[in-house]
Amino acid sequence: MGKYILRRLLQAIPLVILISMTVFLLMNLIPGGPLAAYESPGITPEDLERLKHELGLDVPLHIQYWNWLSAIIRGNWGTSIVSGRPVLTEITERIFNTLYLSIVAFIGSLLISIPLGVTSATRQYSKIDNLATTIAFFGQSIPIFWMGLILIIIFNVMIKNPNTGGPLLPGGGMSTIGSDFSFEDRLKHLILPASVLIFFNLGTHVRYTRSGMLDVLHQDYIRTAHAKGLNKRTVILKHALRNSLLPLITIIGLELPGLFNGALITETIFSWPGMGRLFFNSIDRADYSVMMGVLLMNAILIVLSGLLTDIVYGFLNPRIRFD
Amino acid sequence: MATQAKLITDPLASTAAAMPRERTMRELVWSRFRQHRAALLGVSVLTVILLLTIFVPIVTNYDPLKTNVDHIREAPSAQNIFGTDELGRDLFNRLWAGARISLMIGVATMMISVMIGTIMGAVAGYYGGAADNILMRFTDFMLSIPQLFLLLMFAQLLRTTNEPALSGGPFPIIIIIGVLSWMGIARLVRGEFLALRSKDFVEASRALGSNDARIIFRHILPNAASSLIVAATLRVGAAIITESTLSFLGFGVQPPTPTWGNMLKNAQAQMTYAPWTAIFPGLAIFITVLAINYVGDGLRDALDPRTIVKTEK
Repeated sequence: MGKYILRRLLQAIPLVILISMTVFLLMNLIPGGPLAAYESPGITPEDLERLKHELGLDVPLHIQYWNWLSAIIRGNWGTSIVSGRPVLTEITERIFNTLYLSIVAFIGSLLISIPLGVTSATRQYSKIDNLATTIAFFGQSIPIFWMGLILIIIFNVMIKNPNTGGPLLPGGGMSTIGSDFSFEDRLKHLILPASVLIFFNLGTHVRYTRSGMLDVLHQDYIRTAHAKGLNKRTVILKHALRNSLLPLITIIGLELPGLFNGALITETIFSWPGMGRLFFNSIDRADYSVMMGVLLMNAILIVLSGLLTDIVYGFLNPRIRFD
Repeated sequence: MATQAKLITDPLASTAAAMPRERTMRELVWSRFRQHRAALLGVSVLTVILLLTIFVPIVTNYDPLKTNVDHIREAPSAQNIFGTDELGRDLFNRLWAGARISLMIGVATMMISVMIGTIMGAVAGYYGGAADNILMRFTDFMLSIPQLFLLLMFAQLLRTTNEPALSGGPFPIIIIIGVLSWMGIARLVRGEFLALRSKDFVEASRALGSNDARIIFRHILPNAASSLIVAATLRVGAAIITESTLSFLGFGVQPPTPTWGNMLKNAQAQMTYAPWTAIFPGLAIFITVLAINYVGDGLRDALDPRTIVKTEK
């Protein structure tokens, strides 16, 4: 097992390096390169030359890449030209907020979609099944940014809190600015953005649980379990569900890029102080070191989650052997 | 055939059953598709949307770019049934002008991703070995980067070129979305090719002296068409959503050209006093994509020979 994890970890390294190369090359593709952000009417060509030298941009590209990569490994991710603070600090401050939102949305979606998927598979073509498929289709077809806007219109603009007369739910941010930490306040800020992301995940999750369950239900060992005289509940929950959830674990690893996409949109709409919003703002202001940092951090998280998924899958599925 | 006997309620089937000939593929697919009510509804909705997209701009002869300062942010009324926006432009007319661009982007983007994905998948699946390995690792690599982040970066890249042809119009957007969304198609086509390449009809064609290109395009690809058609249909919907997201975030088609996405760009700022500006363009995207996805689902059922044909009650 230890050996397997080590081997997978070693396999992940080339992927991260490849992604870092891509990120680096993309940045250099931008006209004007990383210097573009410094260009302004007040700056002379001589100043630009000097900056170019100071920033180490006057050496060949592969050496620049090597310098950049070794700085990254030493923990020096550059400085944001917007805030003047280290990129790594900017990212680590926000990474928790993004993961917090994504994980809540992810678990919330599973809590809805597993019971829904199981019921709809066991009662195929019933009303519940129709409802589940409809939800899956709606989740797939609704633009999530628009759903965010509609939820804000309904719960922030239209419906008022009967006690205070203010909006029922806050339309942005993670907590009320200037107030002390309060669980209720945090929860209120979480509801709308989390609902959007839950709905975004729900489509895929319902479909996967439903089809996973349908596959399992038609297998011989389920018929055997029924024939043994076990009641339906035990067969479905103990025999079928546990096996049908296995494929779901694999998609968790594959879903992380999608979750980051969703988080970027949700964070931008709900002014949620996460990595997606940081990336969006840094693009707008041509803050290259932040853009590179976020992309790289995303890549590392995605590769790690893929790894984690494989390991968990191996633990849960005794048919997988590590050798 | 058992399925034919079950289908007597179907007028097409009854004529077919009366005559001793086999039903054609088209008849079979159509009779299966007809049973998918949501898909039929999807087709009707799409037809209406398409007709409105074609005819509304012609009939009303409204200039979607013309501003009117006397009628800023008017709520929906008999004159402007969807209301007006922050520049006094009629939202109903702009919606159908925008539909032309949004739908065109959806279809054109699908074509690009289907083209790239088919070539990638066909080469990987047909030749296997090293080609398969390299192309599929590349596909996995592309899938492991969040697409929206790359799209935003490419869009920004195009914007900074200051080249009028490259920034703001629909064509660069079509290219970048297309180039970044072929991966699913490539995997699908590869799977089909892997399954089909060792079939007897491929051997037969090779024995007759066909070259690789002929086998790939004339013999294997048509057999993979069913799943490709379904995937392509769903890609149109996905591309419409991607374009609208990009335009909403300000990195897609630039105003004043209307698309469903950039019509929503200012919606968040004026949500409190002009909520109608946020509702209608989004509803148009939602309904269109929903209809496309149901049609895709109907096609999946209709084209899959394993689908059990239900008798209508």
